[in-house]
Amino acid sequence: MQAFLNQKTITAAFILLAVAFPILTQNNYFIYIVTLSFIWMIGVYGLNLLAGYTGYLSLAHAGFFAVGAYSLGILTVKAGINYWAALVLACLITSFIGLLIGLIALRTKEHFFAIYTLCVGYILYLVIYNWESITGGVRGLIGIPAPSNIGPISFQNPLSQYYLVLFFLLFTILMMYRIVHSLSGRTFIAIRNSEELAQTIGISTMKNKLVVLVLSTFFAGLAGALYASFIRFIGPDIGYITITFDLLMYLLVGGIGTLAGPIVGTLLLVWVSQYLQFLQDYRMLIFGPLLTLIIIFYPRGIVGAIYSWKMKLGKKAKRTSDRGKSSGHDKGTGSMAEKKVEEG
Amino acid sequence: MELLVQQLFNGLTVGSVYSLVALGLTLVYGILHIPNFAHGALYMLGGYVTLTMMLLWGLNYWLAIVISILVIGLLGVLMERLVFHPLRKAPPIHDKIAAIGILLFLEALAQLIWGADYRTMSTPYGQVINIFGITFTMQRILINVGAIFVMVMLYLFLKKTFVGSAIIAMSQNREGAHLVGINTNKVAMLTFMISGGLAAIAASLSAPINLVFPGMGHLVVLKAFVIIILGGMGSIPGAIVGGYILGFTESLGATYISNDYKDLIAFLLLVIILSIKPQGLFAKGGH
Repeated sequence: MQAFLNQKTITAAFILLAVAFPILTQNNYFIYIVTLSFIWMIGVYGLNLLAGYTGYLSLAHAGFFAVGAYSLGILTVKAGINYWAALVLACLITSFIGLLIGLIALRTKEHFFAIYTLCVGYILYLVIYNWESITGGVRGLIGIPAPSNIGPISFQNPLSQYYLVLFFLLFTILMMYRIVHSLSGRTFIAIRNSEELAQTIGISTMKNKLVVLVLSTFFAGLAGALYASFIRFIGPDIGYITITFDLLMYLLVGGIGTLAGPIVGTLLLVWVSQYLQFLQDYRMLIFGPLLTLIIIFYPRGIVGAIYSWKMKLGKKAKRTSDRGKSSGHDKGTGSMAEKKVEEG
Repeated sequence: MELLVQQLFNGLTVGSVYSLVALGLTLVYGILHIPNFAHGALYMLGGYVTLTMMLLWGLNYWLAIVISILVIGLLGVLMERLVFHPLRKAPPIHDKIAAIGILLFLEALAQLIWGADYRTMSTPYGQVINIFGITFTMQRILINVGAIFVMVMLYLFLKKTFVGSAIIAMSQNREGAHLVGINTNKVAMLTFMISGGLAAIAASLSAPINLVFPGMGHLVVLKAFVIIILGGMGSIPGAIVGGYILGFTESLGATYISNDYKDLIAFLLLVIILSIKPQGLFAKGGH
């Protein structure tokens, strides 16, 4: 109970901090960076649901991100549709493409799935790059409108855009929390741990995997659409494989298969990247080995490391308290087991 | 007719390069079940090492290739020791991510050392030969002959030598190989060495007709993945046949369908194949 309360207060504190952040800094550059990392976070959450909770490593997420961004761009610039309608449509288009690809891709497993999605990502990139009449080819799309007003609220200045993106991020996190802690979430984790076992207890793995993929691409599309209206310009580069690797890195450093992982990883890495800007293309000299080292030594990232550290502390505390009273033993292991399930 | 023959010859050349790259990938996959995404980086570095040896030290083309094979082979061994060996008991998703980390690092390293410019490698075999009205450059003939030579040598090595049989035994059954006294660690290192060497040969042979740049491995290795799925993951003849099939399809597709979308052909082929047979065309039983 106390741990839960603790978690609740921490969450509330973070939300408050996020809301108060622009007032605290007053620095437009910082607001810009944080808004951008919020957008990435939404995409990373999408990837997390698929790779972290269901165990299917998709390497096509930059492609889906780009589909979301281009759908919004094309719908608003070329078709002249209202922004909010375009935003919803962009998400739906992306998830529909995700559904189509999933129908085929999810018949494959493990390495095949990774390679298959890698190729799908490349196809999406090449199509965007070559389909000049619609996507503008290598020149990209210019002049994507900012979100249109809702009643008296306008989204022209960075501050209001920050709150808009924050709203969508909180919506994403809430959705993720609800999904992961629902029966479906448990089902996804069961599929990750052993697909055969999940099948034997009567889980329709294909249906569940498809649901995950569609949800995952939905959030990738949402992130892409927000990105397009925030940056106001998109080029085919946002669909390239390096963006997938960026997303993957944010996820891994933070902690794959954890709820807090995407926030921690994205904020940390985007922030560090700003300091490493002088390195530009060479930043991978640091991030590449970092990615490899993390997967060897801390396969569940920073958040996972904190969890196991906490658990160790808990065990120690339990051992000392056990000496005092033996009745507390059952309760201790019970809550610990619960915690283990919580973090998946 | 002449155009067709010319394109078939081009397909053969491109296919040879693909086959060599795919062979390295399939060997590693067969032994360790790792889809080595960093293989493209090894290919790229192979091209750069040969180029540097020729330009900086003024070495002979062949000597430069030999050094490149050794350097990249050792790099492969280093990768196995430092990264894949510690991860051998981890879930499969970890190997892939670690390989991506290595790929990103090596590409950034190449860009740091050699810059992002596109470079040309001059070849001592630039002569043009004319047979029956069809022109061949020596370098392209060299690629074909070299690739076939390497494949034959690899075949003999795997089939006729003791060490080669050990590699095959390990790809058939890791525990079984261990039981009959094969040092699986040594075999794994050797496999990475061969895989790196093959990538270096492929890059060094094809660099004179292409360009050398940090991203040169991207497309090639993606296509090599398509090939080893086509040929069954871990199957050696499958990699060779698949490489040539893709080479021919691409060069004919580029001529008769569309040059802009020729890179898509490989991926569409993959999408179609995996839609029909999710385990690949010539999948082996067991895994």
